[in-house]
Amino acid sequence: MTSTSRLIQGNEAIALGAFYAGARFYAGYPITPSTEIAEICSRELPKLGGTFMQMEDELASMGAIIGASLTGVKSFTATSGPGFSLMQENLGMATMGEVPLVVIDIQRSGPSTGLATKPSQSDFMQLRWGRHGDQTVIAICPSSVRECFEMTVKAFNLSEQFRTPVIVAPDEIVGHMRENYAVPAPGELPVCDRIKPSGPADGYKPFNFEGDKVAPLASYGSEYIFHITSSMHGEDGFSNNDPQNAARRVAQLHKKIEEHRGDIVMTKSYDVEDCDILVVATGAVARTARAAAAEARKKGLKVGVLQLITIWPFPDVEIIKAVEGARKVVVAEMNYSGQLAGEVVKALGPQVNLKKVNSFNGQIITPADILKEFD
Amino acid sequence: MSHATGLEYLRKEALPLMWCSGCGNGITLGAMLRAFEELRYKKNEVVVVSGIGCWGKADDYIMTNALHTTHGRALTYATGVKAANPELHVVVLMGDGDGATIGGNHLIHAARRNMDLTAIIVNNFNYGMTGGQFSATTPAASITSTSIAGNPERGFDICGLAEAAGANYVARETVANGAMLKKRIVEALGKKGFSLVEVISPCTTLFGPRNKMKQPIDMIRWMKEKGVPRAKYEQLANAEADGYFVTGKLVDKDYPDFCASYESMRSRINVRAGGK
Ligand SMILES: Cc1ncc(C[n+]2csc(CCOP(=O)(O)OP(=O)(O)O)c2C)c(N)n1
Repeated sequence: MTSTSRLIQGNEAIALGAFYAGARFYAGYPITPSTEIAEICSRELPKLGGTFMQMEDELASMGAIIGASLTGVKSFTATSGPGFSLMQENLGMATMGEVPLVVIDIQRSGPSTGLATKPSQSDFMQLRWGRHGDQTVIAICPSSVRECFEMTVKAFNLSEQFRTPVIVAPDEIVGHMRENYAVPAPGELPVCDRIKPSGPADGYKPFNFEGDKVAPLASYGSEYIFHITSSMHGEDGFSNNDPQNAARRVAQLHKKIEEHRGDIVMTKSYDVEDCDILVVATGAVARTARAAAAEARKKGLKVGVLQLITIWPFPDVEIIKAVEGARKVVVAEMNYSGQLAGEVVKALGPQVNLKKVNSFNGQIITPADILKEFD
Repeated sequence: MSHATGLEYLRKEALPLMWCSGCGNGITLGAMLRAFEELRYKKNEVVVVSGIGCWGKADDYIMTNALHTTHGRALTYATGVKAANPELHVVVLMGDGDGATIGGNHLIHAARRNMDLTAIIVNNFNYGMTGGQFSATTPAASITSTSIAGNPERGFDICGLAEAAGANYVARETVANGAMLKKRIVEALGKKGFSLVEVISPCTTLFGPRNKMKQPIDMIRWMKEKGVPRAKYEQLANAEADGYFVTGKLVDKDYPDFCASYESMRSRINVRAGGK
């Protein structure tokens, strides 16, 4: 049965995508521009046999979804700037404890309370580096209502496959835009479930990984008994101060993602094969970039667009490939400092002919803003 | 009747305990494991959620499920565990810094929500793990490593806070009476809704010696003298000023817990959805 398409908001698509992926627990604290997700969860999760909790703050929200996830229930939260800042410490705990969960960060303008209802794309570095301690993360940035749905499903899949938190971070424009979309029928999109242990309950080790694989994760209440800790731990989940163990564990937290970047890194290319100018953009700005490129093509300029969907791990290989033959790269993003542009320079080297297009006033970048850089 | 030892829940290979000699954490751990045994808890049906601090390390010695979290946030993790699987027995171990200072807001809201959790807060009147700074329960004028001329702030009453916030069960005992402590933990575990046991415990390395209680036994004597039942406390002329505190069961109510309230809300939502 395929449903007919209807106008759906980005935030609504995220909530529906989460339910589709099997999420049955949500804990959050209201904040614009993410609140619709909480409101939908409060109404819909009870009907699905799930639970919505409005917590006292975002620290509590993160704590609660970690606890819920460890009972075997796919769990998520949604927030924006200030709330995302408050989540960092407990988000790091999810990385350390290898707890699958999804965090939605609808990016809004800052610093601090900033232009509280206006869009921005300025959390890229916080997504990657917001927690103390060396660690890595998966972060995805959709640019349409369809991608909000599909990438939320994908985010849950990746979090379960790699036992790691995954962040979906659309800008406010994408979170609040409405587009026609037909929610896929069950089975149309793949849904991955947690790898559970199958051996004898006695001697189960929640961190006993092999090679670049993650260890199966049991659920509290099952026959398997286990420890999860924010402290450095051994295979058995108990705290462990051995330097060799620590080195192995930290490396594994990185490797399990780095060595599977092929499954994780997603981009979309538009007319990049023959392009002289490559525009790199994500989220709502990727759409602006496509409009600008189409306009430029009409004038005979060969412009291509590489839309970054996965932001972390950064699609450096994909950028290097897309830029082949181009004489110029334009990176358009809604922040002052050029957070993506810096990564592009890192990938292509300091000699690259790169132009930055930035907006940092809470307004979207227009095609005209980008077209200017094509001369 | 044979006495519970709690040994089946103890992770013997982790012994000896990391705590200082004379510390009350061992007594509290023993009381809790005995309580598990008396209630015949299956290890896989218990989740011990701990915060960060000396007492927060207790999960290292426990064979049930455990979740060792971040400083001050244990109750939030426990809330998620319980809400997602109400069948589990969820016990939350926190120090006074963890549970009542950095995590004070979560304590208020876990009690208000009446989450069916049992919080065991070991109050040793200072931050043991970090070297004995004052916490929100350190009495005024006490000496700590960040109040060498006497604490300028007042300490506050964890049990009073939990009661005001709506906990179903609240008790305070001292480690001077381990059997009574175990009894309170059994009562707390048996209570639906939020239950809290505040354990008055000596910090024999930091708080005691800095406050004229040089030997561990001095702190035990102090708590035996100053911890009195409510009836006696009310008869004393200057109980508060003289440093007395009430021990015993302080609150015992049966307000519906979060999970029960959520289930009735769920049926209202389903009726609406069905009625459309
Ligand atoms: C966010 C954060 N702030 C500070 C610390 C440092 N810290 C670790 S334990 C602790 C206090 C412990 O005191 P308490 O909770 O009373 O437990 P005790 O050690 O006395 O059992 C502090 C401040 C931390 N781990 N995390």
